Amino acid sequence: MKKLVVLGAGTAGTMVANRLSKLLDMDEWQITMVDQDPVHYYQPGYLLIPFGMYSRKDVVKPKHYFVPRGAKLIVSPIERIEPDHNRVFLANGTTLDYDFLIIATGADIHPEETPGLAEEEWGKSIHTFYSLEGALTLAEKLSTWEGGRLVVNVVENPIKCPVAPLEFLMLADWYFHERGIRDRVELIYATPLPGAFTKPVSSKMLGELLVQKGIKVEPEYMIERVEPDAKKIISYDEREIEFDLLVSVPLNMGAPVIGKSGLGDELNYVPVNKYTFLSDAFANIFVLGDASNAPASKAGSVAHFAVDTFGENFVRYIRGQELLPLFDGHANCFLESGFGKGLLIDFNYETEPLPGRYPLPGIGPFTLLEESEVNHWGKLMFRWMYWNLLLKGQELPLSATMSMAGKWKA
Amino acid sequence: MATRVIAGKTVQVNEEGFMTNPAEWDKEIAVELAKEEGISELTEAHWKVIEFCRESAKTSGKAPTLRQITTGAGVSTKELFALFPKGPAKKVARIAGLGKPEGCV
Ligand SMILES: Cc1cc2nc3c(=O)[nH]c(=O)nc-3n(C[C@H](O)[C@H](O)[C@H](O)COP(=O)(O)OP(=O)(O)OC[C@H]3O[C@@H](n4cnc5c(N)ncnc54)[C@H](O)[C@@H]3O)c2cc1C
Repeated sequence: MKKLVVLGAGTAGTMVANRLSKLLDMDEWQITMVDQDPVHYYQPGYLLIPFGMYSRKDVVKPKHYFVPRGAKLIVSPIERIEPDHNRVFLANGTTLDYDFLIIATGADIHPEETPGLAEEEWGKSIHTFYSLEGALTLAEKLSTWEGGRLVVNVVENPIKCPVAPLEFLMLADWYFHERGIRDRVELIYATPLPGAFTKPVSSKMLGELLVQKGIKVEPEYMIERVEPDAKKIISYDEREIEFDLLVSVPLNMGAPVIGKSGLGDELNYVPVNKYTFLSDAFANIFVLGDASNAPASKAGSVAHFAVDTFGENFVRYIRGQELLPLFDGHANCFLESGFGKGLLIDFNYETEPLPGRYPLPGIGPFTLLEESEVNHWGKLMFRWMYWNLLLKGQELPLSATMSMAGKWKA
Repeated sequence: MATRVIAGKTVQVNEEGFMTNPAEWDKEIAVELAKEEGISELTEAHWKVIEFCRESAKTSGKAPTLRQITTGAGVSTKELFALFPKGPAKKVARIAGLGKPEGCV
């Protein structure tokens, strides 16, 4: 028996275990998944919780629902990986040997890295929606908030789902309108980026949308510390912003076990080949999802396209054929923009998000970089697709690589 | 591709004024570019960071991020902002003759 160990049974780990269980001869392969948490979280749903659109039950399911036939899930923290000896130590005392290792331990938030952030005001006037508990606490806060200045701050990039802070602000604009207190709320976005978003066309178009919605952007803002008692944030270049309510996207980092095992970069992300996900350092380790340093968006949709290309490549690799540079950085993200509308962006390593139609050129039904109701429905439908198709490793009728068809050159 | 003359040498630059060929760079160019960025004199502390960024780009092919500079060159973020005010990663990349540091989407 050949042994394949998958570390982390979140979005990427679950998808890849399911996909490979279909592609590999399961009489010859033993697939073992490891995760510290028996619950699977639908993280994109965290965005909708603060506004009362989703509750806890919409975003959790037991992980064992998604363990493919013939594979095994061990619930235990991973203590350490010893890549030189092809083995993994678990906190429950188990040692796992492997022929191939897939690391899918994701990324998580580290509010303790910013002085003042997670101290006495945490959960009171300082919140986050980047964790389930955080999103639930924020929902309570928002439902009774009387208004004032709401500041959304991204501590440092890269972050999971880089559009989520923009969505949060646009939903907040809508939510406070609905509550009849929009005139008493000031919305500010303090971001390390030079504008609303990274790439020129989308940054401009999204920037204009924020202006229309009365959301102010404070660009190139690198937070140094929070002064919780004075209720202000201070940047390295001494720009102070006062807040009544701070919604933080804390520093995102790869799993501590990656750093501890000597496999990570300065943010505990594992260096890989960005087209194949093979570790730069070890020929039998692949890294999928948010855990790698590939310069693609840290998003579930990216992990999905990555798994599509990876499955095919892995089968080649174990037959002794070389890996093909199949993954192009394809990302496809729905953005909620409030008032029952949404946007969609589709891009890859080479091509920035552009306006157009998706997936059928000229037809859509989804509109790229343009608000529409159908995009909002797409976002809500995504949850169903996630639980019922994506995690189970089903192929979607969408191309894994990006297509220029349907895009307009801006 | 545009070119311009800095410190008496003709070099290639992109539309944002970043040099596109790190091999065309030298220290006199750095001094000139620093002045354009509002830094009148490059001290030893500046050079330490610039040299780290040049080395880092040589192996990775791209300008390092802010966090890569602070971890790799052993300066604190606060010091880095004091040396290269407002957007140090971008500023030092331009002075070091490297491309603009890539933010991931
Ligand atoms: C607020 C928010 C909104 C988002 N919105 C979207 C969206 O709209 N669209 C989209 O595509 N993506 C979105 N994402 C991103 C998406 O959720 C992630 O990119 C995706 O879940 C990454 O999958 P992953 O498998 O790499 O990591 P995860 O799904 O986070 O899984 C990592 C797993 O590793 C386990 N693990 C880590 N360390 C250890 C250890 N030491 N021992 C044992 N187990 C360990 C964890 O328990 C976890 O189960 C959003 C994320 C957030 C936070």
